[in-house]
Amino acid sequence: MSELTLLLIRLAFLAVLWFFVIAAVGVIRTDLFGSRTAAAGPRKSAKPTKPAAKPKSKKGEPRQLVVTGGPLQGTTINLTETPITIGRANDATLVVSDDYASSRHARLFPQDGQWIVEDLGSTNGTYLDRSKVTRPTPVPLGVPIRVGKTVIELRK
Amino acid sequence: MSEMAATPVPLPAKRRGAQLLMLALAVGITMFAYANVGLALNGKVPAGMLTYGLGLGGFMLAAYLVLAKWAPWADPLILPLVTLVNGIGLVMIYRIEESHAIGTGGASATNQLIMTGIGVVLFAVTLIVLRDQRALQRLTYTAGFVGLFLLISPLIPGLGKTVNGSRIWIGFGPATIQPAELAKIALVVFFAGYLVAKRDVLALAGRRLLFIDLPRARDLGPVLITWAVSLGVLVLQKDLGSSLLLFGTFIAMLYIATQRTSWVLIGILLFVGGAFLAGQIFDHVQARFEVWLDPGRQEFFDRQLGGSAQLMQGLFAMGAGGILGTGLGQGHPYLVPLSFSDFIFSATGEELGLTGLMALLMVYALIVERGLRTSLAARDPFTKLLAGGLSFLLAWQLFIIVGGVTNLIPLTGLVTPFMSQGGSALLANWILIALLVRTSDAARQPPPQAIQNEGLTQVFQR
Repeated sequence: MSELTLLLIRLAFLAVLWFFVIAAVGVIRTDLFGSRTAAAGPRKSAKPTKPAAKPKSKKGEPRQLVVTGGPLQGTTINLTETPITIGRANDATLVVSDDYASSRHARLFPQDGQWIVEDLGSTNGTYLDRSKVTRPTPVPLGVPIRVGKTVIELRK
Repeated sequence: MSEMAATPVPLPAKRRGAQLLMLALAVGITMFAYANVGLALNGKVPAGMLTYGLGLGGFMLAAYLVLAKWAPWADPLILPLVTLVNGIGLVMIYRIEESHAIGTGGASATNQLIMTGIGVVLFAVTLIVLRDQRALQRLTYTAGFVGLFLLISPLIPGLGKTVNGSRIWIGFGPATIQPAELAKIALVVFFAGYLVAKRDVLALAGRRLLFIDLPRARDLGPVLITWAVSLGVLVLQKDLGSSLLLFGTFIAMLYIATQRTSWVLIGILLFVGGAFLAGQIFDHVQARFEVWLDPGRQEFFDRQLGGSAQLMQGLFAMGAGGILGTGLGQGHPYLVPLSFSDFIFSATGEELGLTGLMALLMVYALIVERGLRTSLAARDPFTKLLAGGLSFLLAWQLFIIVGGVTNLIPLTGLVTPFMSQGGSALLANWILIALLVRTSDAARQPPPQAIQNEGLTQVFQR
C-alpha cells in the first residue's frame, strides 16, 4: 500500500465519520422542525388563511383563556391552534407559581373545534367544574378548570 | 414542549426509514474502518471484515426489528449512534489484537463481538419484557437493595476477586463480572423512584441564606447516605471511578428533581472534602492525586503500582496522533498498557487524531442529547428522572474516563461506554440503552386521543 493511498483513506475515513455526525444532526433537525417541504408548506399557507380563518370560526368556539382565580387572576391568553400547557415549569404556556401545582400539570389542546383538557399526571389533580379530570375531556365555554389555586375558564 | 409550539399538530414522526439508513451507515463506517486497518497492516482487505461487519450488521438489524416491533415510537437516532461507537470499539480492539504485541494478549475482538451479540439480546429482552417503564417505579426499593448488594458483592469473601489492585470483580469459576456496572442502572432506577416520592419535600422545605436555598438538616439524610456508600466503595474496593460515578449521578438527579442549586453545591463540597480526606489517609488514593498533579515526574513514572507511566504513554500517543491521527493501523497504540480497555480512548486518539476523537465525542454527546430530550418530553416525573438520570450517567462516565485519560481529572479505572473491551460494561450499557429507548418510545407516542363521539358511548343508568 502506498503512503498516498493510505493518506487518502485516512482522510476519507475522518470525512465519513463527520458525515455520520452531520447526518445525525440532520435527523434531529427534521425531527424538531419537520422536513423542509413540510415546514414551508403550512407556514406559507397559514399566513393567508389566518385572517380568513378567524371570522370563519363558529360562534360557539372559545377565543380566550381567562384566569378567574388565584394569583394570576385577570391574565388572558388568546387561543390559537397551539396547545396550552399549565404548570410550574418555565416552559409552560401558563406558568403558575403555586405549591399545589405540578411542574407540568395540565394541557389544553384543540381538536375538531373543541378544546380538550388533559391532566399530565399531576400530584393534586385537575378539576373541570367539580369533577376530577381523569382522561382527556372536552371543555365547554365558561366552565371553570381548577389547577392548584388557579382557576381558568374558556371565553368567547 | 417547544416542538408543539412550532407545529400545530404535535405528531412526532416515527422516522423508521431514517433510522435504518443511519444504522446502515454506522455498520458501513465500521466495515470501512476494518478495511482500513487491514490495508494498513497487511496491504489487503482483512478476511475478518465480512465476518465482523456482517456480524455487527446482523445484530443491529435484529435490534432494529425488535425496536420497530416493540417500541415503534422510539427515538430514531439512539440505536445508530450506539452502533457506531460499538463498531469503532470493535475495530480498535481488533487492531490492537492484530498487532500481537506484548501485553495485548487480553484483547479479543471475537469475544467483544460475542458480547455485543449478547448485549443486543439483552437489549431485545429488556424491550420485550418491559412494556412500560413505569413498572420500574414499583420496584424502587427492590432496585435499591439489588444495586447496593451488587455494589458490595465483590467484598464478600470467596466471591470477590482482586484484579489490578481493585476489588471490583466477582468470579464464578473462570467467568468474572464487574457487578458495579449493573449496580449503576439499578441505582438510577432507585434514585428516580425515590426522588419522585420525596422531591416535594426536598425542593420546597428549607430557608434562604444569601442567594441560595438551603435545605433542612434532616433532609440531608439520603445525600449523606449516598455519600457514605460511595466513599465506602472508594475506600474498601479501591474504585475511585464507580464512587465518583455513583455520587455524581445522584447529585445530578437530585438537581433534576428539585431544580435547587444548593444540592449541587452541597454535593460537590461533600465529595471534594471526602476525596481530599481519603487522599490524606489512603495511599492508593494519594498516589492517584500525585500522578494527576505531576505525571511527568520521574519517580512517579518509574513507580510500579499506581505510577504515571500508563497515563504518560497515553498522552504521548494522543500527541503522536495530532490533528488528523496516524491513520487506522498505522500508529502504535499497543504500546500503552491496557490500550484495549481503559485506554482505548487514547488508542483511538492516536490513530484518528483530534478530528476523529471530536467526532466520537459528538456521537456520545448526541446520544446524551437524545436521552435528555426524552427526559424533557416525558409525561410523568418518574420517566423524566429515569431518562435524565440514565443519560447523565452515560455522559458522566464518559467525562470521568476521558477526563482521566487526558489528565484533566485524576485517572480512575472506568470503561469507555461501548468502546472498551469488557463484557459486563457492554451488557450493562446495552440494557441502559434499552431503557432509554423504552422511555423515548413512551415520551414520543402521541398523547391519548379524547373520545370523539360521545354518542357511541352508552351510559347505563339505574
